[in-house]
Amino acid sequence: MRKRLRPLLVPALAVLSAFIVGSLFLLFTDIKHIGMLTTDPVGAFTGALGNIIDAYGALIVGAFGDPKRFSTALQSGDIHDWTIAFRPMSETLVAATPLMFTGLAIAVSFRSGVFNIGGDGQFVLGALGATVVALMFRGMPAPITLVAALAGGIVFGAVWGFIPGFLKARTGAHEVITTIMLNYVALQIVQLALRNDFLRQSTSSQPISKVLDFVRVPQLIPFLGLRLHWGFIVALLVAALVSWFLFKTTKGFELRSAGLNLTAARYAGMSAGGSIILAMVVSGALAGLGGAFQVMGSVTQMSNDVNSGYGWTAIALALLGGTRPGGVVAAALLFGALNNGGHGMQVASGVPLDLLVFIQALVIMFVAAPDLVRKIYRLRQPAIESGAPAAEGAPA
Amino acid sequence: MRLELREITKQFPGVLANDRISISADRGKVLGLLGENGAGKTTLMNILSGLYRPDSGEILIDGEPRLFSDPADAITAGIGMVHQHFMLVPVFDVVESVALGAEPVTGLVHTFDRATARKRVVELSAQYGLHVDPDAKIEDLPVGVRQRVEILKALYRKSDILVLDEPSAVLTPGETEELFAIIRGLAAGGTTVIFITHKLNEVLEVADTITVLRRGRVAGTVLPDETSREELANLMVGRDVELTVTRSPAKPAGVVLELVDLNVRDDRDSMAVRGVNLEVRAGEIVAVAGVQGNGQTELVEAITGLRQVDSGSLRIGGQVVEHASPRRVSDLGVAHIPEDRSRDGLIGSMTVEENYILDSYHRDPYSNGGRLDWKVIGEKAEVGVREFDIRTPSIETHVGALSGGNQQKVIVAREFSRPVQLVIAAQPTRGLDVGSIEYIHRRIIEQRDAGAAILIVSTELDEVLALGDRVAVMFAGQIVGVLSSDQATKEAVGMLMGGVH
Repeated sequence: MRKRLRPLLVPALAVLSAFIVGSLFLLFTDIKHIGMLTTDPVGAFTGALGNIIDAYGALIVGAFGDPKRFSTALQSGDIHDWTIAFRPMSETLVAATPLMFTGLAIAVSFRSGVFNIGGDGQFVLGALGATVVALMFRGMPAPITLVAALAGGIVFGAVWGFIPGFLKARTGAHEVITTIMLNYVALQIVQLALRNDFLRQSTSSQPISKVLDFVRVPQLIPFLGLRLHWGFIVALLVAALVSWFLFKTTKGFELRSAGLNLTAARYAGMSAGGSIILAMVVSGALAGLGGAFQVMGSVTQMSNDVNSGYGWTAIALALLGGTRPGGVVAAALLFGALNNGGHGMQVASGVPLDLLVFIQALVIMFVAAPDLVRKIYRLRQPAIESGAPAAEGAPA
Repeated sequence: MRLELREITKQFPGVLANDRISISADRGKVLGLLGENGAGKTTLMNILSGLYRPDSGEILIDGEPRLFSDPADAITAGIGMVHQHFMLVPVFDVVESVALGAEPVTGLVHTFDRATARKRVVELSAQYGLHVDPDAKIEDLPVGVRQRVEILKALYRKSDILVLDEPSAVLTPGETEELFAIIRGLAAGGTTVIFITHKLNEVLEVADTITVLRRGRVAGTVLPDETSREELANLMVGRDVELTVTRSPAKPAGVVLELVDLNVRDDRDSMAVRGVNLEVRAGEIVAVAGVQGNGQTELVEAITGLRQVDSGSLRIGGQVVEHASPRRVSDLGVAHIPEDRSRDGLIGSMTVEENYILDSYHRDPYSNGGRLDWKVIGEKAEVGVREFDIRTPSIETHVGALSGGNQQKVIVAREFSRPVQLVIAAQPTRGLDVGSIEYIHRRIIEQRDAGAAILIVSTELDEVLALGDRVAVMFAGQIVGVLSSDQATKEAVGMLMGGVH
């Protein structure tokens, strides 16, 4: 069991370190208490410390809910009180859901040795695809429309992943460049599409689609009236599916082999180009599905605001989660909690939301430098792998 | 100067790399340091060159204890290293490469004083008979000369103790002879030479004393005149080793691999294989000898479907395969042992069992309609590990953590785990220890006796002679001679390898 938990150690310590450094940041920007340093050093110190505790406390309450609200709800038994108590948690999961999809998408591409930086474009096109299909199917029974719209999201995302995959396999065009560029193209496509009367909401001057109220992803706990929807559960299932695909199927084996050593994969008779294209298609499809759930679950209309950098954050999540589906889910939940709790923190303690961006950046930095984390906490190097001194006398 | 290492101990997590090792070399003498991979040679040399610090033990130079905290200390103390992989800048010329890091300077702003540097390079080159053109660019020089530039670098830094790490690994037999002459010259001039190798013949030829390391300890120190290859092999491996695997005469049957007027281009689009005609019959081993870089790599890649054939015909078991994919070639029953096991043959961060199925994962019984059957895979991999005596903690160990010999056994076990009509083995024992070489050779001969056609490509003359029922020599992309096993002597093959025919 200890062996299974080992990979979690460095990310966990990275998160802890980020919060410690974040508290230093709070400390040094606390003008009020710094000013008190000469007149009342003890008061300045305790005041600053109290500030940090307040801020992080508000963050936790913002992300997971206030215990007081839970006890109120427990006493009154009123549904409305329960809704209020559970809302922060629901919002955290709502915030985590698109990140889970894009994080898994990027993790699949990284596992396959392909650097899909185009999660953003695939996500928004997935949302657009879902919107288009939903409007086309309008009037059909809701479940059929919903399934068709989700499929539309998958297809649009997959196509947007296929293009850079194909270009790389056929011409060697580097996917980092092509996917970044296709992000811009995707945004412009959305702009263009939202001008079309078929999509556009005629009462608005903004480029925003008609309200998709006829094709909602059902809420997970309908009687509480929270935003949390089935997309979250689907994201968990997709994570399990991705794990199964990567580790239990021949295609997944090909992708992992190609990702770890493309030359050896070629020598073993695998098709390098095929692996690249498959990885990009799967990756794009996952991001597209995330976009579809976002537009029909978390928000109600298609617009450019449907995406807030989920494709970029996903890169960090894939790394933070060690490109393991379970790890990516955990990382997405953490970031969802930080994003959502940050709003609560800003309201309750006046600490700007930017602190959370700062902490997220630090988490990523620490995860990207595992040796630094090991040094700080005096951990031993991981068990001997190739390249360690013990693999002495490297092949002549 | 006299060099002595006393009771050097170095522990890495999980491995005692050096266990109380003591060696010594007198001024002007050549110490041969012999050992298998993993015996602790490289660790010991990294300690001597200041890269690692020993946990305990002393380094004495002329009887005086010295402590090296970094490589600069070791250089100051007069120790020069010639690494197995050269540390040269390809676009520099010889003078620049040699002086780099110890440049003489001139003028106010300390510009590089090329004239002075050049003069010393010319002097040293003449003094030790190195024959190096001081103005040649490194990238234009053959490997053997580059090695001499490395030696020059050490001499330029006034090294009195010269450490050569596996220096012959990249050389032709002729170049190796020249190197030995240079080593003798250096020793005669008072330089102390430490010559690290795993090749028995070489230490016997060039060393004044031989220290054999085994599993991090000194297994024995002997004099070349008083020992034999058998004794050295025994000391190295810790048991009796058959140096040449006995094999019965070949019984060649039908042609399996047939190359007619084959032309193949390399990555830079120049013709690397030129009009090669060769056939390999079932039940025989054809060994292709040649110095690295004479088209062997491209030849093997073309046969195995990894490289486009430019023109000519290529048949395996009667099937035309000029444009076949690697998968198709493999499906015809071709086993391929690639030349660089960690780059081409294995995925280091995957497990032994995953590597065991690397080229047959899609076949029955491993794949069940696109689903991998890990239970069967585990069972089969266990069988492979047992049959091929692969030393691994488990089949779930990352293959990169195994020793070179065991890694190679994983490849051989995988390739021979399915029916085979043709075996293509490129450098099958490169960098392996005597014990593993013996083992792999025996397995290849077993395949031959079971009726497979075998094509071996090797730069090791000993290997070519030990295995080849026929020996084809490749030079500049062409087969310049095919010798039967009784015609194939060291001299005859060596001459052809050097382009003399």
